[in-house]
Amino acid sequence: MTDPTAPGDGLILETRHLTKDFRGFVAVSDVSLRVRRGTIHALIGPNGAGKTTVFNLLTKFLPPSSGAILYRGEDITRDRPAEVARKGMVRSFQVSAVFPNLTVLENVRVALQRSLGTSFHFWKSDHSLKVLHGRALELLEAVDLAGLRDTVAVELPYGRKRALEIATTLALDPEMLLLDEPTQGMGHEDVGRVVELIRRVAADRTVLMVEHNLSVVADLCHTITVLQRGSILAEGPYAEVSRNPQVLEAYIGAAE
Amino acid sequence: MSVPDGVQESRAAWRLGIITPRRKKIFFGLLVAAGLVLPHLVYPVFLMNVLCMALFASAFNLLLGYTGLLSFGHAAFLGTAGYVTGYLLKAWGLPVELGVLAGTAVATLLGWAIGALAIRRSGIYFAMITLGFAQMIYFLAVQLPFTGGEDGLQGIPQGKALGFIPLHDPYALYYFVFAVFALGFGVIYRTIHSPFGHVLRSIRENEPRALSLGYDVARYKLVAFVISAGLAGLAGSTKALVLQFVTLTDVHWHKSGEVVLMTLLGGMGTVMGPSVGALLVVAMENYLTGFGDWVTVIIGSVFVAGVLAFRRGIVGEALHLVRNFPF
Ligand SMILES: Nc1ncnc2c1ncn2[C@@H]1O[C@H](COP(=O)(O)OP(=O)(O)O)[C@@H](O)[C@H]1O
Ligand SMILES: [Mg+2]
Repeated sequence: MTDPTAPGDGLILETRHLTKDFRGFVAVSDVSLRVRRGTIHALIGPNGAGKTTVFNLLTKFLPPSSGAILYRGEDITRDRPAEVARKGMVRSFQVSAVFPNLTVLENVRVALQRSLGTSFHFWKSDHSLKVLHGRALELLEAVDLAGLRDTVAVELPYGRKRALEIATTLALDPEMLLLDEPTQGMGHEDVGRVVELIRRVAADRTVLMVEHNLSVVADLCHTITVLQRGSILAEGPYAEVSRNPQVLEAYIGAAE
Repeated sequence: MSVPDGVQESRAAWRLGIITPRRKKIFFGLLVAAGLVLPHLVYPVFLMNVLCMALFASAFNLLLGYTGLLSFGHAAFLGTAGYVTGYLLKAWGLPVELGVLAGTAVATLLGWAIGALAIRRSGIYFAMITLGFAQMIYFLAVQLPFTGGEDGLQGIPQGKALGFIPLHDPYALYYFVFAVFALGFGVIYRTIHSPFGHVLRSIRENEPRALSLGYDVARYKLVAFVISAGLAGLAGSTKALVLQFVTLTDVHWHKSGEVVLMTLLGGMGTVMGPSVGALLVVAMENYLTGFGDWVTVIIGSVFVAGVLAFRRGIVGEALHLVRNFPF
């Protein structure tokens, strides 16, 4: 187990004074986030608080204006997005991100394909990808999509698309997952399934997730960071954070 | 992309078992047979022109249809390769094969140089950068002495294939061009249906997602661009050999527009669409020459009507029909 007296130990991801300025509008302001290895960490906050922007910064989809990002102790502030993904930190998107005209199986296979090391081989037949079908079906099985393997992704209902997206993300066997509102727009049943899935995959991984559904957060997450107008308002376990008067005010304020 | 195009249709045709490996073999077998017999029925120079433009459009479609990149400067590769091949055959007396290879190689290098800069932007900006570079190439073609300026490069010798088959014989030349087309088309076909092709498709479908899966999207786009430019060059070199001249029209932006037109008309994102589009456009240009300047108006109208009536392109619509046909 990690030694709680050694600061920094047990952290998989850390940001230091992370700031993003969109031409004068500060969307993320001086955020120092610490995510412990093996935990499920929630990032919550009202709409426009900067949660998605934090994800974009962490995965290098946006360059930070200032501050640093450390992943497994390594400074990744200057990495390219694909590099971050290859280091094992893989994100999902707030708006469902499947490959619409690929079949369900092909969606997952694209993610698996990189491991073959033949992704630049334009002279090779795509029959060589068939070796991945077994693994792809296993992954689809885990989200109850194996039966729909030949359905084109665009034809799936929304909740099923999100499940496919998670299966695709898991195909990379990432050490750390960033999930941006994974249950958004889902029916009750799908939410339950996704929660169970996240719990299962988080057994040997770290998850950082943005989530609006507070019962999901309470159920799943070890640590919660509350973001408001780009800054960290509170951080801690659910029980503690949910009693914080500032957080209550922010949430009630946002609801009105 | 929300626009219906050939991509969905050809995928659906595969899925529903309308296209099967066996039927595909038969289809391509019939195409090859037709390709071998046709010059005895139709004017060979016309056919060779169609083959060159079909290769050009198929190379272009690798970018537009399978990677989602709209290049508006592909004439640069067609024309540059034509000039290089023409010049080397004429001034240096190089063997035909070497001349064609050299033209293709230069187009490939040019594709690498232009592609490396253009892929830094996407959408309309990408199109404008490729157009800008193509305009520079056009300027060079006007200015450089070896291109013959306004007159073009005339009297390109056809030489002998493999050192002994005289290519001034229209049939020999035709089979040479047919072989080049088959080779180029084969490379495109293989690329589309390769592990690399699947990554390209994922980029076309959802670029941020492909990036988040760890694919260096820019490098894949660049490789696709280089292959496309090289094969567009192969088409240009071959065309120079067929017509025995290269002129400024081969590097003019009209040509860059024409290839967009052929591809959309035939069906982008389908294997056969660009070739069908090329056949149509070349046929119109050929058989409507009596109408003078009106040819462009007629082709323009056909394009507008075609795109309005067949939004998926001719091949895309055909696949759509077959798919919904109650068997
Ligand atoms: N690319 C961008 N350019 C300008 N402003 C942006 C950009 N991305 C996000 N923002 C702004 O930053 C703020 C935070 O957005 P976001 O991170 O999406 O919030 P959240 O995910 O918490 O709802 C919003 O006000 C949004 O308008
Ligand atoms: Mg958001």
